[in-house]
Amino acid sequence: MTVQQRRKLRGSIALSLCTAAAGIGLFWLVFILTDVLIHGFGALNLSLFLNDPAAPGAPGGGLRNAFIGQLLITLFAVLIGVPVGVLGGTFLAEYARGRTLAQVISILADIMVSVPSIVIGTFAYAIMVKPLGHFNGWAGSMALAFIMIPVVLRTTEDMLSLVPWTLREAAFALGAPYYKVIVQIVYRAAATGILTGILLSMARVAGETAPLLFTAFNNMFFSTNMREPIASLTVTIFQYAMGPYDSWHQQAWAASLMITVFILVITLIGRLIIRWRYKR
Amino acid sequence: MTEEAAIKVNNLDFYYAGAVHALKGISFTVAGRGVTALIGPSGCGKTTLLRCFNRMHDLYPGNRYSGEIRFDGQNILANGIDVIDLRSRIGMVFQKPTPFPMSIYDNIAYGLRLKGIRNKQELTGRVERAIQHAALWDEVKDKLGNSAYDLSGGQQQRLVIARALAVEPEVLLFDEPTSALDPISTGKIEELLITLKKDVTIIIVTHNMQQAARISDWTGFMMLGELIEFGRTDKIFTAPSEKLTEDYVTGRFG
Repeated sequence: MTVQQRRKLRGSIALSLCTAAAGIGLFWLVFILTDVLIHGFGALNLSLFLNDPAAPGAPGGGLRNAFIGQLLITLFAVLIGVPVGVLGGTFLAEYARGRTLAQVISILADIMVSVPSIVIGTFAYAIMVKPLGHFNGWAGSMALAFIMIPVVLRTTEDMLSLVPWTLREAAFALGAPYYKVIVQIVYRAAATGILTGILLSMARVAGETAPLLFTAFNNMFFSTNMREPIASLTVTIFQYAMGPYDSWHQQAWAASLMITVFILVITLIGRLIIRWRYKR
Repeated sequence: MTEEAAIKVNNLDFYYAGAVHALKGISFTVAGRGVTALIGPSGCGKTTLLRCFNRMHDLYPGNRYSGEIRFDGQNILANGIDVIDLRSRIGMVFQKPTPFPMSIYDNIAYGLRLKGIRNKQELTGRVERAIQHAALWDEVKDKLGNSAYDLSGGQQQRLVIARALAVEPEVLLFDEPTSALDPISTGKIEELLITLKKDVTIIIVTHNMQQAARISDWTGFMMLGELIEFGRTDKIFTAPSEKLTEDYVTGRFG
């Protein structure tokens, strides 16, 4: 075999291995998604959105409680997590720029991003469930906010750092104080990037189950009281999928589909914003 | 000297954080209502000097000035000076256009709003006057609400000049304002500077010696942090008294 032939052979082996690996990865991905789509669509009906769960094992009923609960938990997580994340990122990129403190916080936030969510859940349990003596919605929102904060903080820091310094200097040169430079110029220049980070962090927490199991727990009845246990789609999927009733399994599929669609929509919006931004 | 002195620099030294001695014993007088150009090879300190006039170096910790810059009877390097007020009286235009991410109108109104002007009529009047002053009116009059990013580089640079003019500064600092522009845009900016000097004192840093010769009344030649020679532009370019200046303006180095 000549050198050229040997190289060609090695090349085709490498290509086949890569293609096979990509194929295997893609196969499971498509498998999971089609499974969710097929079963989910089959289980979708109007009652799912309009009614609360029927008695265990009884047919009918819906997941209105879980949809509303999920919405509330996520909404409050965003309300807590986004301001802390954005302001913290602003501190790192603007006021503490270049200082050791900023670098340390940045690295800690990077570690926090990859901490297993169940650890965050246990932490929220220890500080917000144990002292109160019962599961509650606020603890769930806090747990999700803890997951969002490092993500939003790091994206904000990165996006603000990308805004050229000359733009800030131009505003300073007109006699603007620093806080106005940040709010009126830098935020505006980095707005799409920060917004994308927020959306992606929402997509991330929308699919979390572990931190809610320890905190918001679940509630078979409709409730909007954040001081009490409150239902969520993810915990409901966990409980229904493990349960013995066929109607529960059906509803778990439907809930899985809805949460997948929700995350898909958020991710798509994020992508569209990025594309719209960089087209100009 | 017949012109009134706008700014007097006395024995100015400047150190960047880490004790880099960037300006050494600079003294000269900037004439009012004229164009003063600062020329010299890269790294000679001309931009550093320019950024002393509006205390831009204050933005970065560890920088240190000594000596004085006298403007309107005050030493602007003194501790008690209100730099925000100073910067609204001494404006600056940078090398690359720096439009803000907002409409053309809002860009120009930015400095006015900072000064607390809220009256819609007054704002619009001053915005329009500034755009006319910067010779940009015909090109943007129908699209004041459009994003400033839609303008070309040369238009953006004139927009930035209009933005600086809107607050009616007494002095305008230009840091190589045409080095990122094509020759036609450069020509427009140069014409603009020549008309502006009737109302504003202009200090310009430029890499382009022809530009200094074309538009300035006074020229300072700098090297290695020192002001080698300062004088009338025609004298600097035709009969400099220093050997270094002559070598530089005749293109023997730099």
